[in-house]
Amino acid sequence: MWAGLGSARSGGLLALGAVITLLPLALANDYFYDVAILVGLNAIVCIGLNLLIGYAGQISLGHAGFFGLGAYGSAILTARYGWPPLAALAAATVAVALLAYLVGRPILRLRGHYLAMATLGLGVIISIVISNEDRYTGGPDGMRVPPLSLFGHALSGERAWYWVVGALLVLAVWLALNLVESPGGRALRALHGSETAAEVVGIDSVRQKLMVFVLSAVFAAFAGGLTAHYSGFITPGRATFLHSIELVTMVVFGGMASTFGAVIGAAVLTTLPQLLAVLKDYEMVVFGAVMMLTMVFMPKGLVPTLAARFAPRERT
Amino acid sequence: MSAQLLQYLFSGLTVGAIYALVALGFSIIYNACRVINFAQGEFVMIGGMATVSLIASGLPLPLAALLAVGATTLVGLALERFAVERARGASVVTLIIITIGASILLRGLAGLVWDKNLHGLPTFSGDRPIAIGGATILPQSLWVLGVTLVVVVALWWFFNRTLHGKAMLATSHNRLAAQLVGISVRRVLLVSFGLSAALGALAGILIAPITFTAWDVGVMLGLKGFAAAILGGLGSGPGAVLGGLALGLLEALAAGYVSSAYKDVIAFGIMLAVLVLMPSGLFGERTAERV
Repeated sequence: MWAGLGSARSGGLLALGAVITLLPLALANDYFYDVAILVGLNAIVCIGLNLLIGYAGQISLGHAGFFGLGAYGSAILTARYGWPPLAALAAATVAVALLAYLVGRPILRLRGHYLAMATLGLGVIISIVISNEDRYTGGPDGMRVPPLSLFGHALSGERAWYWVVGALLVLAVWLALNLVESPGGRALRALHGSETAAEVVGIDSVRQKLMVFVLSAVFAAFAGGLTAHYSGFITPGRATFLHSIELVTMVVFGGMASTFGAVIGAAVLTTLPQLLAVLKDYEMVVFGAVMMLTMVFMPKGLVPTLAARFAPRERT
Repeated sequence: MSAQLLQYLFSGLTVGAIYALVALGFSIIYNACRVINFAQGEFVMIGGMATVSLIASGLPLPLAALLAVGATTLVGLALERFAVERARGASVVTLIIITIGASILLRGLAGLVWDKNLHGLPTFSGDRPIAIGGATILPQSLWVLGVTLVVVVALWWFFNRTLHGKAMLATSHNRLAAQLVGISVRRVLLVSFGLSAALGALAGILIAPITFTAWDVGVMLGLKGFAAAILGGLGSGPGAVLGGLALGLLEALAAGYVSSAYKDVIAFGIMLAVLVLMPSGLFGERTAERV
């Protein structure tokens, strides 16, 4: 039972748990907690997206659409129809899973840039529908979202949310790490290498791709719903193409095919704009330059590059 | 043909021609290095905004337009030289992120150098609409269509009749073989970015008198250009032109007959349907995966 404890997988999980437990010592006030919570929520999306991009090698430029549907689905069911938040969150997530399954079947046959365009188109369609259906969504102005309540207790305050999101993040990482090490995960990596070769050895490539596409959409929708309930307010901006790009950038920045890379990418790129906000007008310029420079000098992303640098030599 | 339909066709073709120019830029760069350049829309923005500010400083329109195209070309060359070239050998997704970073950087710079307001350009020759068959067309639309036609013919001539153009086509078919026969692949890359930037700038200048320009118009125009390039089939010149015109027409008809709020939803929805039926777009090469 304890045999796996020394492996990189459990080591990483323990380290993540330790960071989450000790971080509050450094969080001076609610603002810092707020940033930490947003990092956690984004990280959950990125972990799912990384399974799709990093492991299965399928790009999606439309995941903000799933994020937005999860957020608005849960928001509309609670605010307009009086559903209990947990039921609304679950229903919205299941609905997004169903949508991803139905849409994924035809579009996952596309490859490379064609798949990128198809997912982008899907995301754009979702975000336009959200902006236009103002009877339900409040349109471009956004809408209020009731707080999340767990077993009759409203979950409120940054500190309480911090521990909930922290626990969910550990759960998401654990799920992803297990999936990657499972036969299904190995099949995914085989797909990344070569789809034809994978099919030759008996991997049902369509089924595998569809499964991970749905899974990544579920992560995005769930985190989207949580984000809506946490912030108490949601705008269509969270469902746009630009947010999709942000999510992909987090994954690639942290390092593709590295679950902890996805978490660190989310952490850096969620915190960076907060730090750059001091620069006001120069924020976009610096943000764009940082993106370009890291990718030019660390094309594999932050975590794999650093890992290769500090790894013992004999492994290569 | 009803006058109303004719009117929608005119506006669809005008916008479609702009999408076609942007899509050509996407395809030229894709052919040279298999990269989707997400900064393509920013070239359109820089072309328009630079012309606006040069005219404000007192230059006549033709000179301002020429200088703006030149400046945008330099930006394209710099993007290739200092970012894409240095990241050679990186994965496609990494290269995409680099161009996305570039687009954010350029948009941020535009907001700083210029401002965040909407700007118009004077039309090239008068504002009086020309009546045709019960519908009207702006003289500027004729400029858009005319210049696009000239550009398409010139590009065809360049890629099929000149040594440089043939070298670029050869590189897109087989990079290693092109290198072996003495083609400088580095120069092909540089030229493709310069050419795409110039095309984008031209599109931005042509459309600014009709739709206005601003620091952030590049996002949507880039997206539509990419959609047009994919619809026609990535890397195909005729595909990019037809994809652009088709997308423009789809949007105009959807806006006219269904709902202007949902015109993009309809356009993107039909594009998705086309992709599902024809996974390489209308004119894309059907490739087999190598194991």
